Amino acid sequence: MDKIYLDHGATTPMKEEVLEAMLPYLKGHFGNPSSIHAFGRESRKGLDEARRKVAASLGAQPEEIIFTSGGTESDNLAIQGAARALENKGRHIITSAIEHHAVLDTVMHLGKNGFDVTILPVDQYGMVDPQDLQKAITADTILVSIMTANNEIGTIQPIEELGRICRDKEVYFHTDAVQSIGHMHFQLQDQPIDMLSLSAHKFYGPKGVGALYIRKKTRLEQLVFGGGQERKLRPGTENLPGIVGLGRAIELACADIEGKKQKLIKLRDKLIDGLLEIDDVLLNGHPSQRLPGNVNVSALYVEGESLLLSLDIKGIAASSGSACTSGSLDPSHVLMAIGLDHQTAHGSLRLSLGESNTEEQVDYVVEVYKETVTRLRKMSSVFKK
Amino acid sequence: MYNEKVMDHFQNPRNVGEMNSPSGVGEVGNMKCGDIMKIYIKVKDDVIEDIKFLTFGCGAAIASSSVLTEMVKGKTLQEAEAITNQRVADELEGLPPAKLHCSNLAADALHNAIEDYKSRAASN
Ligand SMILES: Cc1ncc(COP(=O)(O)O)c(C=O)c1O
Ligand code: FES
Repeated sequence: MDKIYLDHGATTPMKEEVLEAMLPYLKGHFGNPSSIHAFGRESRKGLDEARRKVAASLGAQPEEIIFTSGGTESDNLAIQGAARALENKGRHIITSAIEHHAVLDTVMHLGKNGFDVTILPVDQYGMVDPQDLQKAITADTILVSIMTANNEIGTIQPIEELGRICRDKEVYFHTDAVQSIGHMHFQLQDQPIDMLSLSAHKFYGPKGVGALYIRKKTRLEQLVFGGGQERKLRPGTENLPGIVGLGRAIELACADIEGKKQKLIKLRDKLIDGLLEIDDVLLNGHPSQRLPGNVNVSALYVEGESLLLSLDIKGIAASSGSACTSGSLDPSHVLMAIGLDHQTAHGSLRLSLGESNTEEQVDYVVEVYKETVTRLRKMSSVFKK
Repeated sequence: MYNEKVMDHFQNPRNVGEMNSPSGVGEVGNMKCGDIMKIYIKVKDDVIEDIKFLTFGCGAAIASSSVLTEMVKGKTLQEAEAITNQRVADELEGLPPAKLHCSNLAADALHNAIEDYKSRAASN
């Protein structure tokens, strides 16, 4: 069997249509979009068009879209930018325990530099309780950042409700939607969201390019200084091929969301059902409020890196939250936050499905996973027969 | 990430399993990442006649245990005591720097097993 890619949460393959859209900007249209001559105007057209596509896909205005180098930069710009713009108004920032490091570490950094930080806990499924947010907001709170859906366990937060709470208290609400584009419908002009981060490579676009939606009138200070590009919020000559690719990719990702979602959910639930039939395999994350392509399970008595290696040998690409894969040798903070003990986090495996996966692949993966877990348990020092 | 020799020991680990009535057992937990390794030895006339391992850990930990059992089988206790984690890693023709602590686990478990054997022998 051909290799099976089940790591779409890490990144996705770029679509042919996206490449096609980018090619003219890699080969012919080299002009600087800031130049007023014909070369520049040609590039400017591509830039404007991409911005329109992003805005249309999210139900926003083109002026509300700033292009960046990806999810990490978008998160940094939103959080640090708002914190700096509002530091004279208040110094309290709220986030959740399961954010991506691009958010969590940014907030923690501010915490070391004069800001007060509240990290909201999550329940066993990875859900933030809106009442906790309600209670945490004080007169000093300036910003709340809670992700739309989690990259490891796929849990989808009630962002409308969380955003509404912030809106009522006149606190900015930012959400990291990096994992969510193409999996749910956004109509930002009607949603209580002030800022939203996205990254093209998570929805079949190119790597190294992303965007930040910034609702009109939201105050933000630039982090990088230079020219006047991107309303001065993100100076520097634009990554035009990447931006054009992002525009095409989001257009494709946001077409027929419902149809693609149903297809992915069917595959996901088949995979989950198959894996949970094995003894002592547990589902991490929420049973229903989860990303259509996300599966995260823990096999007790087994360590995740050895599981990943074994699956890789059989042509299956996945990822794990095990301490042994993390470099820092700490288990994933997300798995700790949902209350897993070290050993259960150790045996975690994330399988993230995408558009090209099939039912046959799911059957094969379940079979190989079962064999592998059985084999590794036989050599495990903690396996209780 | 891992070289061929590590992958070979990971895929085809030698001397895996439990041992009936071992002469000594050593178990160590890895404080760093929470892994646990167990080594069983059978000793006769100061020679390690048989050795087995069980490991709950990463690929490097499994490969380290496996290669260690090969290094030790048939050796005298004295020779076995001289084995360090560095020698385990060398025998594997190198481990990624972040994985050197996994070879510690193997050497430590072996030394614990030898100590266990000695204390059993002393109390007999
Ligand atoms: C939830 C989330 N936020 C942020 C990022 C970072 O995005 P990027 O890799 O584009 O910087 C990722 C991707 O790894 C992510 O999953
Ligand atoms: S045993 Fe955990 S990193 Fe090797």
